[in-house]
Amino acid sequence: MNKKVGYAIALAAALAAPFVVYPVFLMQVLCFALFACAFNLLIGFTGLLSFGHAAFFGGAGYVTGYALKSMGLPFELGLALGIVAAAAIGLIMGSLAIRRQGIYFAMITLALAQMLFFVYLQAPFTDGENGLQGVPRGRLLGSIDLGNDMTLYYVVLAIAIAGFALIARTIHSPFGQVLKAIKENEARAISLGYDVDRYKLLAFVLSAALSGLAGATKTVVLGLETLTDVHWSMSGLVVLMTLVGGLGTLAGPIVGAIVIVALENKVGDVGNWLAALTSIEWFRSIGESVTMVTGFIFIVCVLAFRRGIVGEIGALFSRTSTR
Amino acid sequence: MIEIFGISLQAMLSQLLLGLVNGSFYAMLSLGLAVIFGLLNVINMAHGAFYMMGAFLAWMGLNYFGLNYWVMLITAPLLAGVFGMVIEKTLLRWLYQLDHLYGLLLTFGITLMLEGLFRSFYGTSGQPYSVPELLAGATNLGFMMLPNYRAWVVVASLVVCFATWFAIEKTKLGAYLRAGTENPKLVEAFGINVPLMVTLTYGFGVALAAFAGVLAAPVIQVSPLMGSDLIIVVFAVVVIGGMGSIMGSIIIGLALGVIEGLTRVFYPELSATVVFIIMVIVLTLRPAGLFGKEK
Amino acid sequence: MNAVKYPQVLEGKEQNMEKALEIANLHAWYGESHILHDVNLSVNQGEVVALLGRNGVGRTTTLRAIMGLTGTRKGSITIGGTEAIDLPTHKIAHLGVGYCPEERGIFSSLSAEENMLLPPSVSKTDKGMPVEEIYDMFPNLQERKSSQGTRLSGGEQQMLAVARILRTGARLFLLDEISEGLAPVIVQALARMITMLKAKGYTIVMVEQNFRFAAPLADRFYVMEHGQIIEGFTAAELEANMPVLHELLGV
Repeated sequence: MNKKVGYAIALAAALAAPFVVYPVFLMQVLCFALFACAFNLLIGFTGLLSFGHAAFFGGAGYVTGYALKSMGLPFELGLALGIVAAAAIGLIMGSLAIRRQGIYFAMITLALAQMLFFVYLQAPFTDGENGLQGVPRGRLLGSIDLGNDMTLYYVVLAIAIAGFALIARTIHSPFGQVLKAIKENEARAISLGYDVDRYKLLAFVLSAALSGLAGATKTVVLGLETLTDVHWSMSGLVVLMTLVGGLGTLAGPIVGAIVIVALENKVGDVGNWLAALTSIEWFRSIGESVTMVTGFIFIVCVLAFRRGIVGEIGALFSRTSTR
Repeated sequence: MIEIFGISLQAMLSQLLLGLVNGSFYAMLSLGLAVIFGLLNVINMAHGAFYMMGAFLAWMGLNYFGLNYWVMLITAPLLAGVFGMVIEKTLLRWLYQLDHLYGLLLTFGITLMLEGLFRSFYGTSGQPYSVPELLAGATNLGFMMLPNYRAWVVVASLVVCFATWFAIEKTKLGAYLRAGTENPKLVEAFGINVPLMVTLTYGFGVALAAFAGVLAAPVIQVSPLMGSDLIIVVFAVVVIGGMGSIMGSIIIGLALGVIEGLTRVFYPELSATVVFIIMVIVLTLRPAGLFGKEK
Repeated sequence: MNAVKYPQVLEGKEQNMEKALEIANLHAWYGESHILHDVNLSVNQGEVVALLGRNGVGRTTTLRAIMGLTGTRKGSITIGGTEAIDLPTHKIAHLGVGYCPEERGIFSSLSAEENMLLPPSVSKTDKGMPVEEIYDMFPNLQERKSSQGTRLSGGEQQMLAVARILRTGARLFLLDEISEGLAPVIVQALARMITMLKAKGYTIVMVEQNFRFAAPLADRFYVMEHGQIIEGFTAAELEANMPVLHELLGV
């Protein structure tokens, strides 16, 4: 019962939010939240650490951007194309990476994503360092004008909720149970007769496709796409969001995304405040060095906060409830 | 002027040498990664950051303290090694009991912090570092002009790599390391201070990276970003070679550097990705890597 | 459960000399699993003590606990008078302990000779057996010294596992199932080795399933069950205790 109340409150808050907070910012949060949830499907529920998810996020973003801008496709088709592109990249990347276990898997995804980065860097359609600009929002179903931020917000919210729901459904399905079994004891799953590689690949492609959806949607929201979204630092960022929020929890990545996106935007302010407080000018430059703060949070989380926000809250509740 | 496939011999040999230079860096870094991974079972994502740190320490040594290249060639790795040992003792060692992905994440976080730190002071543009006087200029070999510094880099790297290989494969200390990689608890039961060995090994691997960084300083612009792009290529090198063999890592690193150099001659657009392409091929044909022992 | 019977006979005789090994109230865990429940035993200098019991009762765990290779340990383990319960594993070795694990632990990345020479000296006073003498005892090992450690046969690997701790100057040997799976000829060679070591005054604690191997060699026996010592008697009392052993171990 608690869960349903929680969801209802969250939904109400989400519906009311754009009246209080800048809608474009909220939409970005939603996109990253979806991205993180898609990523979590792989790490939290299948036990596979991919360090190359930017390839799907940014990859789809560029494809959708190009489709909408230069090919003049309608909104829905543009998004669909982005998803398909991400899934295709995911299929190729996944089938190569799955050949090696554990630590190698992460390195392979990183290397392959980097390869894609170079492709995007040099490909003419991305316009390289300038980024793809002027991506039109178009109309939903040919009639609803998406140029209005509020309208777009509710569309993006719907997309995000659909994505979350799909992930939740997957996790609780028999397919999801097998993934969990693979995460906990792969050798056992194999001995039980499951074609483990097939399941992993499927999870990988699904994760890629949804990450692509998130990236494509973000491109439409912002009207542009840059190389940042295909850079390995983006892959690292989504790992951090999931870690901070809570690996292997459903709501964790969403919370993590909110925290990290907010942090990224506010780090400059915190830096200035610290500088004013301590008179150490260097703090001002923390604002420019989001990287350093990100790294610091990574270290703290890995050492002391592995369950993430949602994980810790969950543990707190289960401790109090067993008394 | 001799030409091969329409490219002058001079140009080709020059690129080949540059390829060897890059290959030396690949070899030294993948060697350090392999040694650390063997004993600690951690992929040191921070390896690139320590390489960068080595280069920066050399630069800082020269520009702030007037310490020349030769002094920093010894000092920078030492400093980086000590710093690495501190990190291992205070941060890394808490994670050995956990899933190895946490070690990866921690070292990733360290990379971000180090890079961010240097960026906050020096921005992203490169700082120039001049070639030490002794090695400036080029030697005329008849069929080509050999840039002295680049030749030095290759020689120095080979010497260091070979010395490392020798130490690991042929000495008693290396036997402890090899045994410790296989069964650390038993080695400890024989009375060897394995935790200390682990710390020293991490320090050594990191020092090796920093040494490469000092060598790189006069060749590549010293910038906070110089490590991260390099390290991803090194990961591909490691995936191709597997981490089961010290000599394997060295040879693969050099070979890939040369291949990359040749690609730059004939197909320059492909040169940034050729190592990754080879990785894809190896993964398709021989998933365990060329020298791999699947762990 | 039967009460532990401490063999009284030898206690009185050796009161002046420090015990080679004394374990009191030892509890040990592997993670959450509580394996050893209040283990008590003692071994005098120069004794050969056999630790008997069925599989899974905690004999190997006891040896590992002595070496500090288990999880949490509570209680007291004194080696040659020094309290070792809180010491890290490598310091325990330097109290003069030589450990031969059940899985033998021959390193595949080392040659047979490198395996042999790997363990460092653990005693400031005792030089340990010279390499030539060890090779005299185990000529096979000299023949195969350049081969990769794991290329040796099972029997040779076992000999190697024991041989390498002979060099170290350890005076207390912990031997875990050294006769397991070996041809009778080799088992006899190992028995001769233990007799020789005993004559030289080494102290040995052996975990053994092979009763026929252990019985003639041991001065005293302990029997374990469910992580505890339930019986203890001297070699002289062995005959009298056969019915108990037959019931517990099927010998």
